[in-house]
Amino acid sequence: MHKNVVIAGYARSPFHFANKGDLVKVRPDEMAAQVVRGLLGKTGVDPNDIEDLIVGCAFPEGEQGLNVARLIAFLADLPISVAGTTVNRFCGSSMQSVHMAAGNIQMDAGEAFICAGIESMSRIPMAGFNPLLHPGLAERFPQAYISMGETAENVAQKHQITRARQEEFAVDSHRKAAAAQADGKLQAEIVAIQADGASVEADGCIRADTSAEALADLKPAFALDGSVTAGTSSPLTDGASAVLVTSEDYAKAHGLEPLAKVRSIAVAGCDPEVMGIGPVAASRKALERAGVSVGDLDIIELNEAFAAQALACADELGLDLDKTNVDGGAIALGHPLGATGARITGKAAQLLKRDGKSLALSTQCIGGGQGIATVLEAA
Amino acid sequence: MTIASAAVIGAGVMGAGIAAHLANAGVPVLLLDVVPKEGDNRNALAEGAIAKMLKADPAPFMSKRLARLVTPGNVEDDLDKLSQVDWVVEAVIEDPKIKRALYERLEAVRKDGSIVSSNTSTLPLSLLTKDMPARFAGDFLITHFFNPPRYMPLLELVVGPDTRPEVPQTLGAFADQQLGKGVVMCNDTPGFVANRIGTFWLQCAVVETLNRGLTIEEADAVMGRPLGIPKTGVFALLDLVGLDLMPKVDASLAATLAEDDAYQGLRRPFPLLEQMIADGYTGRKGKGGFYRLNKANGARVKEAIDLNTGDYAPAAKASLASVSAARRGGAKALVAHDDKGGQFAWAVMSQTLGYAAALVPEIAGDILAVDRAMRMGYNWKFGPFELLDKLGAADFAERLKAEGRDVPPLLEKAAAADGFYRVQGGRLQYLTVDGSYADVERGEGVLLLSDVKLRSEPLAKNGSASLWDIGDGVVCLEIHTKLNTIDPEVFKIIGKALQIVPKDYKALVVYNEGSHFSAGANLGLAMFAANVGAWPMIEDMVAQGQKTYTALKRAPFPVVSAPSGLALGGGCEILLASDAVQAHAESYVGLVEAGVGVVPAWGGCKELLSRLARDPRRPKGPMPPVAKAFETIGMAQVAKSAFEAKEMGFLRGEDHVTFNRERLLADAKKKALSLVEGYAPPEPMELTLPGPSGKASLAFALRDLYAKGLATDHDMVVAGELADVLTGGDDADLTEPLSEDTVLKMEREAFMRLVRTPGTLARVEHTLETGKPLRN
Repeated sequence: MHKNVVIAGYARSPFHFANKGDLVKVRPDEMAAQVVRGLLGKTGVDPNDIEDLIVGCAFPEGEQGLNVARLIAFLADLPISVAGTTVNRFCGSSMQSVHMAAGNIQMDAGEAFICAGIESMSRIPMAGFNPLLHPGLAERFPQAYISMGETAENVAQKHQITRARQEEFAVDSHRKAAAAQADGKLQAEIVAIQADGASVEADGCIRADTSAEALADLKPAFALDGSVTAGTSSPLTDGASAVLVTSEDYAKAHGLEPLAKVRSIAVAGCDPEVMGIGPVAASRKALERAGVSVGDLDIIELNEAFAAQALACADELGLDLDKTNVDGGAIALGHPLGATGARITGKAAQLLKRDGKSLALSTQCIGGGQGIATVLEAA
Repeated sequence: MTIASAAVIGAGVMGAGIAAHLANAGVPVLLLDVVPKEGDNRNALAEGAIAKMLKADPAPFMSKRLARLVTPGNVEDDLDKLSQVDWVVEAVIEDPKIKRALYERLEAVRKDGSIVSSNTSTLPLSLLTKDMPARFAGDFLITHFFNPPRYMPLLELVVGPDTRPEVPQTLGAFADQQLGKGVVMCNDTPGFVANRIGTFWLQCAVVETLNRGLTIEEADAVMGRPLGIPKTGVFALLDLVGLDLMPKVDASLAATLAEDDAYQGLRRPFPLLEQMIADGYTGRKGKGGFYRLNKANGARVKEAIDLNTGDYAPAAKASLASVSAARRGGAKALVAHDDKGGQFAWAVMSQTLGYAAALVPEIAGDILAVDRAMRMGYNWKFGPFELLDKLGAADFAERLKAEGRDVPPLLEKAAAADGFYRVQGGRLQYLTVDGSYADVERGEGVLLLSDVKLRSEPLAKNGSASLWDIGDGVVCLEIHTKLNTIDPEVFKIIGKALQIVPKDYKALVVYNEGSHFSAGANLGLAMFAANVGAWPMIEDMVAQGQKTYTALKRAPFPVVSAPSGLALGGGCEILLASDAVQAHAESYVGLVEAGVGVVPAWGGCKELLSRLARDPRRPKGPMPPVAKAFETIGMAQVAKSAFEAKEMGFLRGEDHVTFNRERLLADAKKKALSLVEGYAPPEPMELTLPGPSGKASLAFALRDLYAKGLATDHDMVVAGELADVLTGGDDADLTEPLSEDTVLKMEREAFMRLVRTPGTLARVEHTLETGKPLRN
């Protein structure tokens, strides 16, 4: 019954600043539907074979509310037989959709899944429209509701990540993303989004001209005496992403070109007040399950919620930064919460194939104190 | 014809500002300028002007959303679009050749019957229309706006002999009703009316300051408040308008005025001014002017220039016996005083007012036009002829004669009769050019409380407020305290209204003709009570206010409030308790109680919550109205126009806006009468509030603000209480709506807890002393 699971395609929308970018006016369900259609076109998969559309979303309400996955299926003209479910693991949501598809395939509960993610941070605010906290929990265990910025400060302090290091990391992220953009390396994954008559075709958050000096001038964003600034945080972003996850057998039988094989997956909890360190425990579990070590990794996609937490994770895990986020990370590209997991997993798979490498890790931190990780290998 | 669309050509400060104000009035407008020599963007000038205006303070737009009504373009590609518009305003450089060339291009595209106007301030209409086609001359006039166009109410209109009579009628009515301008018809003479007299006054004041060796601080202290002139006086005003403008205006006037005009005699070289302009000291827009803010060493020190040496020194407060005398005796005591201030005042005002008296009817048909122009174009509290009456026309003429100076014929007539204005049979009358008196006629749709007061006695009155019968069964509640703050005496008069109106009248309008509707509760009273520990007295004032405002809301007759200027705190709460608001566009509305360390407690919290909850634009659920109210009240946000007040929830979407201040009372009265038939007071409402779950959410948001340094220690105390009120307190639950009275009680209790804290008392004291908030 044990089946191999492959990533058989990856697509995403351009990512743009929330509230001021080119995707502000685009409904997230509509954006995701366009990306799903783009993925179908790219891969050539027969939509009738899709078992389920699994959509990750961190704040599934408003225009990304109800069971938005089912609605996206309708919008994307998927056959009526394709089911749809929405999953929420905050920033890990769409990596979770990949994990769910992988599990289902191994259970022999379907051959092909579309694992998507969406977030319009312009149209649905972080924390949603109606944050109603449990007053008792808020009193007894306030870190359950801690703001992300504060966790970044905590991680920076606990792991002694200096502001200068954070800024160097952020500049690097922009430099790599700008180079990838200039070399046309991002084109392979981007599906143009039709927005109000215009076609949005390229990422909008990358700042090619960022410098350490410019970042050094910024004020701390979350604490008066803090070290984390807007420049060393991922921006509020609008975007959608999707990967095609199938059994290896299905891919072979239908002439799909797998990008990578899913080798292992893991999630793990950690203290909410240092949620940024979540990838450490999750990655260790996933690597152990895959029977490989950090040194074996060729490609690492480590989400950059904040430079401070990404660096702390890299330090703890002993990641080689030269192999990490080679086309730039979320500080430069943007971080549409629910859409990031499918992006970094799809990206890691794509890089394995593109650069002819063997082993990759995608991992990210999650608000509330969690990490999620996926180990991929060459297909 | 009507004006439903417009175009402005020239995206400089004036052109762009006029376009923005047209947008404020809801009129779609094209803003065109030339194609820049450099760059790819052919609309760069107009687009740049709009972008700049969206950041400017004071804001040219009454709401950022209104900027959508301004379409940028250029005169190369978009000229044919002018065929669609009803009115084209030209606001390009003051060069007759360029203007006339543009007019010729306009003639080729504009539609028959459309109006063309120039915003020129220096060129005569006759020069602009000379040898132009008959159609153009018939459709052309001068529309002279004052800077900034949104805020300055004066609009001078000049027509030529060939201008069709419908043109000023249509445009005048549009400007009056939709743009809210005070329209003054001027003759085609240099500087028209306001600048003719205003420039004379400025020049005269500068010359007399130099001749008499006054400091600029002294000159401004005399030539400002004591005369009902803005406190910028002369030199600070020049800083405001730009020093470089002065030589230009001077040269233009000198070139166009007759050689024997009194202005010519005032001209003399002012080397210091020339040097300042050359050095970039062009006023507030430059490095500074006669005054400058020295920011060296981290401090901000206001400095004033020494007119003799050109050196700056910290500005000194002028100390003049004449200015002190004016505090009691007014302008009359000022000019009668024999210190250097009094002599200076007499020298300047005798020349300026005499000049004005000699210019009617040369520059305008009557003294009303001149007084309106100076009030609305220079923000003088009194026009020249009103000032002459204050000084006593007869005394003034006598003193001129005694000094061997000419007395203008019109002044002779006024001196021999009852002055320039008089009240006859309860009506205000003015002196016409032929020496007889005529009634001051208000236009259709204009009703002034000041006129009502001339012809009637109040229905009730005490030191703080009055009730007036404004006709047709409507009573006007007028507050008349300092800044129209609210105190228990105001409550008494509201109580009277609650007795009188249901018996003999139909409706109540809350309105006054002060600069501000109301700056809120009388803090001085509260502070006094707090200082002596009279807490029950404070609680009683809160309770009385709640009772009074609730009674106003539940009264069996319609209540319409008509704010203009500030409507803050308790003033804002009157609006919130009214059935409808007829707001002047320039209304500045906010619940600013947090600034002095308390929460709104006269129903402001519950009313804003219920308004926001009913707003269909807001997401559903219990938190959006609570979070929005928390932000609005917690940060003491003030709407800077009636439109922003709607966006923030202080006004209802269906509340009406009046642009012309003089039409506000009539519009409010009309609104009140429209509500009379079948009127039923609002049913008591219920509020669905989230209780502790919502409060926990606000507490986290607040904690983040504090971490970022955006909230102070005492902000945390005040906002904590506010969060408690807005979420309904510990016992509230989503499934059990609360009554209005429950929330009112919470407002009152939170207020009383806060007012006893040292942090709040420090805020109140600081605000009373400085007029500014304390960030403790």
